[in-house]
Amino acid sequence: MSLGGTGLRDWLVQRYTAVFLGIYTLFLVGFVLMHNELTYEDWLALFASPFMQICTLFALVCVAFHAWVGLWTVLTDYVKPLFLRYLLEGVIIFTLFGYVVWGIFVLWG
Amino acid sequence: MQTKRPRNINPLSISLPIGALVSITHRLSGILVFLLIPFFLWALQISLVSPEGFNVLKDYLQSPLYKIVVILAAAGLAFHLLAGLRHLLMDLHIGESLTAGRLSARLVILLSLLLTIYFVYKLGSVAL
Repeated sequence: MSLGGTGLRDWLVQRYTAVFLGIYTLFLVGFVLMHNELTYEDWLALFASPFMQICTLFALVCVAFHAWVGLWTVLTDYVKPLFLRYLLEGVIIFTLFGYVVWGIFVLWG
Repeated sequence: MQTKRPRNINPLSISLPIGALVSITHRLSGILVFLLIPFFLWALQISLVSPEGFNVLKDYLQSPLYKIVVILAAAGLAFHLLAGLRHLLMDLHIGESLTAGRLSARLVILLSLLLTIYFVYKLGSVAL
């Protein structure tokens, strides 16, 4: 049940999404730290820009793929009963999909 | 396959090498950050919906419960990011030797602790 059927693709997905998420996180932390007292106007202006909205949506999609590969690995290593493993994998997939949809509503709702 | 071989499956009875310690903590911090995703999304939502929501979030940060969650999130993210960076560098064949691996593992622990302490300090100054 690996993402693309090959471990190599999972491996690449894990790393590309990691790079984007790392840059996004550092930018966001930097933005907050640059403002001594962050105001609602600064915060809203940041997330009202289409560039930031697209980047945030892309970050959420990256989170979904990154978390899926990571949690798939963890479940494969530690959860041996197949029924339970597949059940948890299903729960994780629907949850991650839900987070992306939630993010779309937060950004454009 | 031998079935009567001695097995040592109690992790507490094994002294973990530092690389293994960072590896398992990388996994645990990843699980922690995953579990906190709804908290991040909820915070983003409430902070953007209105100035009142933004201030409500700031008020929440005064309470110990929310502080603990935020500090956990910061610690988990800091560790996961640094340990992940260590892996990415190793994928680029940087610091692959045993000596370098042990050194970078120590660095990951030290830097993530320092970042977390800095964050706790920052959080204290914001709330007061």
